[in-house]
Amino acid sequence: MARDRINRVALYTTVVGFCFFFAAPFLWMILTTFKTDRDLYRAQNNPFLFNDPPTLDNLEFLFFNTNYVGFIRNSLLVGTLVVIITLLLAIPAGYSLARLAGSWGERASIGMFLIYLVPPILLFIPLFRIVVALGLNNSLWALVVTYPTITIPFSTWLLAGFFGSIPRDLEEAAMVDGYSRLSAFTRVVLPLSVSGIIAVIVFTFTLTLHEFIYALTFVTASAQRTISVGVPVELIRGDVFFWQSLMAAAVIVAIPVGIVYSLFLSRLVAGLTMGAVKG
Amino acid sequence: MSVETVRRSRFRFLFDNDRLLGFLMLAPAVIFILALVGLPLLLSIAFSLSDVTVGDTSLDYVGLENFRRVTRTPQFQRAVIDTFIFTTAALMIILVLANILAVMFTQDFHGKWLARFLVILPWATPISLGTLGWLWLLDSKFSPIDYLLVQIGLLGPDTLLGPGLHLNYLGREYLAMGSVILVHVWRLTPLSAVMLLAGLTSIDQELIDQAQVDGASGLRIHLQIKLPLITPIMAIASLFAFILIFTDLVVVFVLTRGGPIYYTQVLSMWSYNKGLEGGALAEGAAIALFFAPVLLVAAVLILRTVRRIEVT
Repeated sequence: MARDRINRVALYTTVVGFCFFFAAPFLWMILTTFKTDRDLYRAQNNPFLFNDPPTLDNLEFLFFNTNYVGFIRNSLLVGTLVVIITLLLAIPAGYSLARLAGSWGERASIGMFLIYLVPPILLFIPLFRIVVALGLNNSLWALVVTYPTITIPFSTWLLAGFFGSIPRDLEEAAMVDGYSRLSAFTRVVLPLSVSGIIAVIVFTFTLTLHEFIYALTFVTASAQRTISVGVPVELIRGDVFFWQSLMAAAVIVAIPVGIVYSLFLSRLVAGLTMGAVKG
Repeated sequence: MSVETVRRSRFRFLFDNDRLLGFLMLAPAVIFILALVGLPLLLSIAFSLSDVTVGDTSLDYVGLENFRRVTRTPQFQRAVIDTFIFTTAALMIILVLANILAVMFTQDFHGKWLARFLVILPWATPISLGTLGWLWLLDSKFSPIDYLLVQIGLLGPDTLLGPGLHLNYLGREYLAMGSVILVHVWRLTPLSAVMLLAGLTSIDQELIDQAQVDGASGLRIHLQIKLPLITPIMAIASLFAFILIFTDLVVVFVLTRGGPIYYTQVLSMWSYNKGLEGGALAEGAAIALFFAPVLLVAAVLILRTVRRIEVT
């Protein structure tokens, strides 16, 4: 009994400790968002309290006096286009690897996996030259064209595993009924793969939201920046930090993405562990 | 009617030939990747052997001159050492914390959904924005951590941590290095933990029940039954975390820009500074290529681990 109690206390202490560690920067962001300059920049003030009444001025500044809304719009645009390109290329490729490619299918999917491990830092300098040669530098299209190089290999890998787990009999029955291979795929396999496709959409979209190196290098016009680079680079002017607006900008993005991640966690993990763990 | 039939049958010929169809479905993705991964990869090798800059874009072959030049600078040694220190230190801490966290989530407790949401946040947030939060938490003048340390009597005149009222986390060599490691741990522990959790929950409950019947303690079950079973997953989780920390630019870029002086300048930051800020594309490409052999080893290790899982 006493031992049980000690265990409970230990468990809850661990939970609270971890939650605090991971959430601390976000709590600090929220607190900072609503502070006045006078409150924030007085060293004698207790930084954990509102010494002045909370204010919404900083949010107003962020939304009306900076490019923040533009950054969000750019990110949504890039994200949506990259999701579409990724789905268009990765769905057929994944099916091909799962069903149609014979002996070289396995080698091709190992190749896909290796490409997925090539980090942007290795490619950004030559890609920069290619982007310039294509005349895409300084436009969002540079990102729309380059991001699928990161998302397609992973998505193809994920979807190949997904399609592979659907029983072959289902398609074969449909083909006996007179469907072609392609319509058996679109009418039988695709509807059964909705959750895999959703995982690809979530993964692809959040990756475009997170990506930093390409966004920093290929796009330098302030109005064309996306959220991950726009906020830390454009909202800091020289050595002047608008901390309240910066923190607001960060937490406004963090919370919705966090909610989406919690909802799709199990599928994302299955993808990352490459089906090594069957959930 | 007849046109329809002809078109249909022509399509049928195409779509029923599995090999051809498979090739056609795979080709767009492969071409895209060859053009925008394969070509840049070759280009980066070509760049590293040339004298290309932002101003002079012609490629003149200079052999290994770039590699010789970058390895001779003191920054190079420091960048290699920093990259490895940050990676190994962060990775070890992440593995310990992620194990505890994963075991924690196998237990039942109140408010589990909230805990899950809070723990996932650092991983879900764009890294640059999460790091920005730390930049403000570790501010040289307004860090709340300093304030707390002063309040509990650890910082300030006649105290353990010295007379100043501020530790200046990002402005001092070892504290800045520690801060970079801290942020990596913060953002990647959740990812490793959820991977380990997936491994733990997939363990056959009968095994655990049997061990409990045999009188094994909780700790012993964890160390001797669960841990060996999730070793492959742990290996994959570690390798992923390794690659993500090893090649990361964002944390250092936002937090310290490589400073103070060049004490936190990792390879990625240095490659960026040389190649783009400095315009020496060739040298930047040469620095980035130092990642390649290590990444290749990591990739091979991941593949071997995955294969071992498939065999068992």
